[in-house]
Amino acid sequence: MTLEKPGFIDPVAEAQACFRLVLRTMSSPGQIVTLANPVAAPPLTPATAAVLLTLVDAEVSLWLDEPLADSWDWLAFHAGVVRATDIGSAAFLCTTRLPPLAEVFAGTDAAPETGATIILQVPSLEGGKKLTLYGPGLETPIVIAPQGLPADFVAQWEQNHRIFPRGIDLLLCAGSSFCALPRSVRIGEG
Amino acid sequence: MNGYNFAYLDEPTKRMIRRAILKAVAIPGHQVPFGAREMPLPYGWGTGGIQVTAAILGADDVLKVIDQGADDTTNAVSIRRFFSRVAGVETTTRTRDASVIQTRHRIPETPLRDDQILVYQVPLPEPLAKLEPSRAETKQMHALADYGLMHVKLYEDIARFGHVTISYDYPVMVNDRYLMSPSPIPAFDTLKMNRMPALQLFGAGREKRIYAVPPYTTVRPLDFDDHPFALIRAPHACTLCGATNSYLDEVVTDDRGGRMFICSDTDYCADRRGDAASEGDAA
Ligand SMILES: [Zn+2]
Repeated sequence: MTLEKPGFIDPVAEAQACFRLVLRTMSSPGQIVTLANPVAAPPLTPATAAVLLTLVDAEVSLWLDEPLADSWDWLAFHAGVVRATDIGSAAFLCTTRLPPLAEVFAGTDAAPETGATIILQVPSLEGGKKLTLYGPGLETPIVIAPQGLPADFVAQWEQNHRIFPRGIDLLLCAGSSFCALPRSVRIGEG
Repeated sequence: MNGYNFAYLDEPTKRMIRRAILKAVAIPGHQVPFGAREMPLPYGWGTGGIQVTAAILGADDVLKVIDQGADDTTNAVSIRRFFSRVAGVETTTRTRDASVIQTRHRIPETPLRDDQILVYQVPLPEPLAKLEPSRAETKQMHALADYGLMHVKLYEDIARFGHVTISYDYPVMVNDRYLMSPSPIPAFDTLKMNRMPALQLFGAGREKRIYAVPPYTTVRPLDFDDHPFALIRAPHACTLCGATNSYLDEVVTDDRGGRMFICSDTDYCADRRGDAASEGDAA
């Protein structure tokens, strides 16, 4: 069943194209981009699947939450990814519910780049509670309204930003689209 | 392209570099270590910048490569030819036509846009290395944002010479957090980095470090309230195009001490002269 779901059709070109979109979203927090070549691999959405194929491999550990656990075979086959045993040790987390950020590895002051990346699969990047983003990458503050974030997200993010340069970077994926919240961004409600 | 993967690097290496680039963008100014690969060019030819460019480049990119502002030096031509060959990308000398610009020692005079990426070749990524040789020590200083050593060095300069004597690679603070080497660009270029719309990526091959400045990010030269950073520029106009706001190279014109000043950025100068020679592919 796993092998019936292909990965990238043209791995070199599609990984490059997807990476440039990820780079754009990390450079411009909150900006929503859409993949030209979605990857069909449920229960992962096309954006989640493409981002994972672009970023993870046998060199990094990944944690999946229960609703996405059916994707292990597909990820093992297409990415050779290493399975993380727990949330706190994973370099990448791919999940449908945001784990408490305090339980995720945020790196160290000397090596903050070891802080994890969370790929959060949400129902939509629009129509949720309004959040205003400030910080590097933004000419002026912008407003996003993704659905599927926990009620205390702004408070959790404030703590994540407070420990900067340590911290966790977040990619929000819905359908074939995604946007990013790097740890450098500050988030206000409304 | 025979025998090479697209853009020379194999896919696992590109993924590793890409992961490092993303973390560098998320932590502006912080040096992220990466597992540099051997490149078919010697260190000093910009292997760090080349690896960053190779990891980001796609078939639809248009690449410009400059060395000290010029597109036609041996180094710039070699790198441009390399990427033409291994990635088949279009190349240009025109700043405004490029999607990716790899540079050694200059920032183009033409303002960059938010759909462009500037990749710097960096020989020495650690701004504190000349003051503190221990990598462990400098890492700790960055962890604590303790940059007193650099302040003391600048202050000693001011006390002895009346001004800071650094004319290249002037240390900058990024996002009010990290002290960063802007690479050996002239101090004149440093102010262009502040809130630049283009993403700035820095690759150091020998030291295996990648760092970044996202668009619209604060970059300010380290200075003092009573001795603010002062721009240093030769007080001349370009002999060729008349520009009074560009960075100038002094060129000796004969053996009797004759000299003139011309724009270091050859594309900018040619563009101002309406020179058709700057159009097309110089690869
Ligand atoms: Zn000129």
